[in-house]
Amino acid sequence: MPQTLYEKLWQDHVVHQEADGTALIYIDRHLVHEVTSPQAFEGLKLAGRKPWRVSSIVATADHNTPTDHWDRGIEDPVSRLQVETLDANIREVGALAYFPFRDPRQGIVHVVGPESGATLPGMTVVCGDSHTSTHGAFACMAHGIGTSEVEHVLATQCLLQKRSKTMLVRVEGVLGKGVTAKDVALAIIGRIGTAGGTGYAIEFGGSVLRALSMEGRMTICNMAIEAGARLGLVAVDEVTIDYLRGRPLAPKGHLWEQAVAAWRQLHSDADASFDRVVDISGDEIRPQVTWGTSPEMVVPVDSCVPDPSSEPDPVKREGMERALRYMGLRARQPIREIRLDKIFIGSCTNSRIEDLRAAAAVVQGRKVADGIRLALVVPGSGLVKRQAEDEGLDRVFRAAGFEWREPGCSMCLAMNADRLQPGERCASTSNRNFEGRQGTGGRTHLVSPEMAAAAAIAGHFCDVDEWQ
Amino acid sequence: MEKFVRLDGLVAPLDRANVDTDAIIPKQFLKSIKRSGFGPNLFDEWRYLDVGEPGQDVSQRPLNPDFVLNQERYRGAQILLTRKNFGCGSSREHAPWALLDFGFRAVIAESFADIFFNNCFKNGILPIVLSAGEIDRLFWLVEATPGCRLIVDLERQRVIRTDGETLPFVVDAFRRECLLNGWDDIGLTLRHADLIRAFEDRRRSEQPWLFA
Repeated sequence: MPQTLYEKLWQDHVVHQEADGTALIYIDRHLVHEVTSPQAFEGLKLAGRKPWRVSSIVATADHNTPTDHWDRGIEDPVSRLQVETLDANIREVGALAYFPFRDPRQGIVHVVGPESGATLPGMTVVCGDSHTSTHGAFACMAHGIGTSEVEHVLATQCLLQKRSKTMLVRVEGVLGKGVTAKDVALAIIGRIGTAGGTGYAIEFGGSVLRALSMEGRMTICNMAIEAGARLGLVAVDEVTIDYLRGRPLAPKGHLWEQAVAAWRQLHSDADASFDRVVDISGDEIRPQVTWGTSPEMVVPVDSCVPDPSSEPDPVKREGMERALRYMGLRARQPIREIRLDKIFIGSCTNSRIEDLRAAAAVVQGRKVADGIRLALVVPGSGLVKRQAEDEGLDRVFRAAGFEWREPGCSMCLAMNADRLQPGERCASTSNRNFEGRQGTGGRTHLVSPEMAAAAAIAGHFCDVDEWQ
Repeated sequence: MEKFVRLDGLVAPLDRANVDTDAIIPKQFLKSIKRSGFGPNLFDEWRYLDVGEPGQDVSQRPLNPDFVLNQERYRGAQILLTRKNFGCGSSREHAPWALLDFGFRAVIAESFADIFFNNCFKNGILPIVLSAGEIDRLFWLVEATPGCRLIVDLERQRVIRTDGETLPFVVDAFRRECLLNGWDDIGLTLRHADLIRAFEDRRRSEQPWLFA
């Protein structure tokens, strides 16, 4: 019987199944960071249990770490304790790889995993972070888990799971100038809604996906969680295999050949059926900007803030009105007239080398607008940072008036010192525009790296399509 | 984990859709390395008028009188009534920890985000899915009835209104058993340790690159 990619991956990992369909699923890769792991390690210890397979663990510190003045260490004592707790836990337990604070390979866990070759096709990948869906770009069954499940994976190498329904989101056509993977992701969320993927594993396909780099595919799978799906998937092709070749933790020699042969099977069968199929025309996608406090509140840059009074559903209408109040916007206001205070280029969605190159190309030879108080570029990892510096991108950003920082999650969730002040408005390449996400009272507009860069130069949103 | 069998509790209505885990417990409180003590900062940005930081004496902070949980009639609520897609966003288990620490044992909504839904079951909180129509009617009931209580009967899988109307709900059999008995699911999984080991050995021989 023809199978979808998700069904193949699921079947390949079932250890045991209960009568109600709850299955014990084997976990190949466990990514660990400082915020969601301390209570899990403590729980393990209190129960007198040992980790099942230490060589499945890859760990790094990313959420709390500062992005400047690394010579001073972590000044916030509460953050420092959390990072030191991770250090102590990994020192005690061990790991396949650990990239601690200030290690040259440290960075956002979802950037570090793929770039080190720790994420391989066909794996189950989990992490106590919802954006673990990122790794689905490599045809991995990858999703975020809570701390109790982190402890469960540490103790048993398994998770209790129910099989998800399957959804195919097919994006056909060719993306226009200035339209990126981020815009595709936002357009999909705008179409199906933030709960549209709840209960589903979404496979992204179509000619647009096939034409994207691994970086672009990771951006789209990263945002699958914002559509409510716990995981996103893209089939393996030459782009996947080329990306992985030579990565430090990727297989070598005859194991590489053997692995590649197996990976080539990781696609949905031609006549596999999905529970739901969504077709999106890539040609019609324009650069996207969110206007509200949920990623589904998104419109093309050349349009206006929607008018709640034209929304028939009362719960939705009230949500829109609340969002407009919080965002300090009015109905029917043109998106291009929205002026920004801060710019953030970074996060597990958009901090990879390709993102930085694209933003730098927009910025090249220009200056950040006077009204912008802070324009930040935070590379996703130490290796991304070094590569960008080798290519001279840091000089382009600095010359324009951007700050060039050390890697980490930074202002995506503002656990460190990088944050918005109440009322400040930010064009951000991150993934969530929730109330207070980038700092209490802060106002977030989600955009692509190109759009964020253009907004930094213009001081307001503008269409990168018209950028000269 | 504390058992969940039957709960007779006061209901607090939170009339919003898409309540995200950043709203349930803001990020600055995630720096804690403990599982407890998150209750005072549940819905921090909605509940207080100032900016919350870890380690504050919350009794000195100005409360937002408009926020539902600050209203006297909902003091001591154990059941949270809300709209669709509750708990979307981050996987932080601090969200159910904060709800539990505040005193909530059940959340009733039209739908839940997947990871949050899972996290509830690991902490003895029962997330209950009812239809949009049933949720609407519960909001009217709670609004109209000061001190409105509901009985949540997990054994029979029904919510019972004080007027006697019962609303059936569905829970996976396995999760229901775990909640009813307060079972630690790591212990349950480890009963299958031999199966896990056998699976792992086979996987190691078939796909050795995964174990390099």
